[in-house]
Amino acid sequence: MSTFTDWDIVRNLLLAARWTVLLSLIAFFCGTLVTLPLLMVRLGRWRWPQRFVSAYAALFQGTPLLMQLFLAFFGLGLFGIDVSAWLAAGLALTLWSAAFLAEIWRGCVEAVARGQWEASASLGMGRLQQMRYVILPQALRVAIPPTVGFSVQIVKGTALTSIIGFVELSKAGTVVTNATFQPFTVYGLVALIYFALCWPLSKSSQILERKLNVAHRNH
Amino acid sequence: MSLIEITEVRKSFGTTEVLKGINLDVEAGEVIAIIGRSGSGKSTLLRCINGLETITDGSISVAGAQLLDDEVHLRALRLKVGMIFQQFNLFPHLTAGGNVMLSQTVVKKTPKAEAAATARKMLERVGLGHKFDAYPDELSGGQQQRVAIARALAMQPSALLCDEITSALDPELVAEVLAVVRELAAEGMTLLMVTHEMKFARDVCSRVVFMHQGRVHEIGRPEEVFANPQTAELKQFLGVN
Repeated sequence: MSTFTDWDIVRNLLLAARWTVLLSLIAFFCGTLVTLPLLMVRLGRWRWPQRFVSAYAALFQGTPLLMQLFLAFFGLGLFGIDVSAWLAAGLALTLWSAAFLAEIWRGCVEAVARGQWEASASLGMGRLQQMRYVILPQALRVAIPPTVGFSVQIVKGTALTSIIGFVELSKAGTVVTNATFQPFTVYGLVALIYFALCWPLSKSSQILERKLNVAHRNH
Repeated sequence: MSLIEITEVRKSFGTTEVLKGINLDVEAGEVIAIIGRSGSGKSTLLRCINGLETITDGSISVAGAQLLDDEVHLRALRLKVGMIFQQFNLFPHLTAGGNVMLSQTVVKKTPKAEAAATARKMLERVGLGHKFDAYPDELSGGQQQRVAIARALAMQPSALLCDEITSALDPELVAEVLAVVRELAAEGMTLLMVTHEMKFARDVCSRVVFMHQGRVHEIGRPEEVFANPQTAELKQFLGVN
């Protein structure tokens, strides 16, 4: 019987952490891609598409991510589609992220004072020009802390995909525990690796905020 | 044809009618002060002229550009008439120069260098040439309002709408903004201003419009309106008996 050295434990966890990182990136970037059109609709003037988007956001915010993962994994199977854990995890996390990001960013755009819309409109700018040159640059600055905060949620959210058999950091932790019977050491290491992923994210948000505020806080 | 033609304009918010048939023609070069109690509809009237509010009935045109509720017409109208706000509404992420340049480059597609030159000229005109690179929150209220005036002027409008532009300023900063407006008036700019500065209205304006309950209640040359108010409402507003 082969034995697990401490190095074996760490190595296996780190290898699995790659998939946690990759899945987080996929969720964030695909989520962003899905969010952008949703955001346009949400900020636009058509009533019905707006209702659809807010219903979508309500649905995904109002149900546990775990249920969404189950439904993506088992639900699509009912239609005869062979769903891999990868596809189900990527899909569910993308849709889940988009639901939150759309609402977060809508809030940031709406946080820009109404006077900014009026002033830019008075200067003859069209709606897209107002967005591009006046509103978004200001909304972006407001958006950094909640966006980074949510990206940390995404990293931790990927842990749930272990339930549908996706082998990422948490799943690897369980597997290694079963092989080594050292749950405290293994899960302690798992937690440490999550922390090492999330803490720099939070920290970078602070640095970015400070950097973007420089021009406006120097007196 | 007058520069600004306001004909039978009505405006309702829900079931409340705030403008009840306004008629007002403004000739080029006129300086009009709109006075009246809060709630009399004077700010709403101003905001209707450049389409920040939609009108319920009637018509407005500025230098031949009709107020119609679509982006093409609105843009044409807004190029004819600039607006200055009580709260300045400068773009906080841009410098004073950037504020004055933005709409030139974005709306008129003016090349950057040319826009910068115009911006510098306009900032100098309001006495702020040296603040080209300052951000709005590094400027005093009076300076911010003067940048806002320069920003509007850079689009070379035929008329300017001023919505209580000194009301948010500390008393000692009011004079520097009014001095700029006075100069514009002397240069022949058409101005429509909602104001509480009665002395200024008396000195600078060619006509004074007193609004009351959504109507033009009294209108005339400032010396007549202030010295010899005809209606009880205006007398009460001016505090004379």
